Amino acid sequence: MDKWNWDRFLDAWPYVLDGLWVTIQFTVLGSIVAYVLGLIFAIIRQLRIPVVDQVLWGFIEFVRSTPLLVQVFFLYWVIRPEVLQGVDSDTQKILVGTFALGVHYACYTSEVYRAGIEAVPKGQWEAATALSLPRSRVWTGVVLPQAIPRVLPALGNYTIAMFKEVPLLSAISVFDIVYQVKTEYAASQGGAGPEAWAAAGLTFLALSYPCAILVRRLERRVGTV
Amino acid sequence: MSEPSETPAEMIRFENVVKRFGSNTVLENLNFTVAPGEFVTLIGPSGSGKTTILRLVMTLERVTEGTIYVAGEPLSHMPKGGKLVPADEKYLRQARKRIGMVFQQFNLFPNMNVLRNVTEGPVRSLGKSRDEADKRARELLELVGLSDKVDARPTQLSGGQQQRVAIARALAMEPEVLLLDEVTSALDPELVTGVLHLLKDIATTTDITFLCVTHEMQFARDVSDRVMMFDGGKIVEDGPPEKIFTAPENDRTREFLQAVLDRA
Repeated sequence: MDKWNWDRFLDAWPYVLDGLWVTIQFTVLGSIVAYVLGLIFAIIRQLRIPVVDQVLWGFIEFVRSTPLLVQVFFLYWVIRPEVLQGVDSDTQKILVGTFALGVHYACYTSEVYRAGIEAVPKGQWEAATALSLPRSRVWTGVVLPQAIPRVLPALGNYTIAMFKEVPLLSAISVFDIVYQVKTEYAASQGGAGPEAWAAAGLTFLALSYPCAILVRRLERRVGTV
Repeated sequence: MSEPSETPAEMIRFENVVKRFGSNTVLENLNFTVAPGEFVTLIGPSGSGKTTILRLVMTLERVTEGTIYVAGEPLSHMPKGGKLVPADEKYLRQARKRIGMVFQQFNLFPNMNVLRNVTEGPVRSLGKSRDEADKRARELLELVGLSDKVDARPTQLSGGQQQRVAIARALAMEPEVLLLDEVTSALDPELVTGVLHLLKDIATTTDITFLCVTHEMQFARDVSDRVMMFDGGKIVEDGPPEKIFTAPENDRTREFLQAVLDRA
């Protein structure tokens, strides 16, 4: 191992922070997709529409049983050339990365929402029926306002997990923290070395840990599913 | 087709109604009618099918066989091509608007304040304006003695107060039929009397038809026009409360009332 060099450590930060910004962008975009799509999945599954339900179940199990990196490569090398022709390459990476993270995590958040929806007492559905509320209003006025606060901590945990998985996108040359260190920084210094990796690791720690504590605090307030 | 012209004096009609859960028959070929404005109490041991009857009228359960009519119109079924077919969700949504229910566990919406609980149905399903619904809700909350709790959350209220809100919520829908499902069973004993008094007031001052399941025999006796005794999914005795409670003809009724009185 190379000898630790504080200059190299300090030199690493501009690269790491550039990458951090990209990493946060993907985490935010991916989370939005995962939250929205997961909710849609959960509602579709709760409606128990024949065929659609089974197909969606199969899809969710498939996604949950295969590695995210394989999904990223599949989207990037198989699907992208077919559907994203003519889109500039930066936008392609944003779309593929966001979609891969979002869909992958939607398959987990849908289970979280499902648990939250099932935790709403049956009597709430029955009271809504007794008031002849329209189906859409039962969801938006009664069920989801009770289900969602309870699942917020679990959703938060998935966002933290996603944040730590964004580096997988460096495999398709997204300029995240890891890509910055292993490619850009390494090119300027003739190799990455322990200092840059330590800076990258510390950056993840510095964000993940406080967020995890916030989630735990939220959990104590709203309870868990 | 329905036969409202032949039987205009009926608010509820059960015709050969059978309800099974799997292989368990809860109601066996049940036939009865309830007149408009009548207050009918269903009594009987637990598991005798009383609550199932209310749930069928509220369309929370579907009949296995037979037909239920409300106000002369089929409820469990809908007319289609000159025949009656099992009602679909769209038909039910219309049909159940004339029916209201108060539940044992109140089932208020915890994410809404008291006022919103009461206005939710009128605004979202009857299409009333927010102003009109608010005004009516405040009147009803005054009627149930909770004018000062308009902005409270259900969780801040006692069980008795919650049940009063639930009653106001059901009345706000202007139901023709109101179903009371053991509405005092989850209340602390000292809160029961107030709620029963309120219900008695409502029953005597409105022309709503009531179908009530209760273990409060004194209340049943005071307020009912008719009492039906159930056992094993069948009506074993049906008559005015004075007769059922003082001179029951059926052995099962006698045993049941004896058991209830011993407990009290």
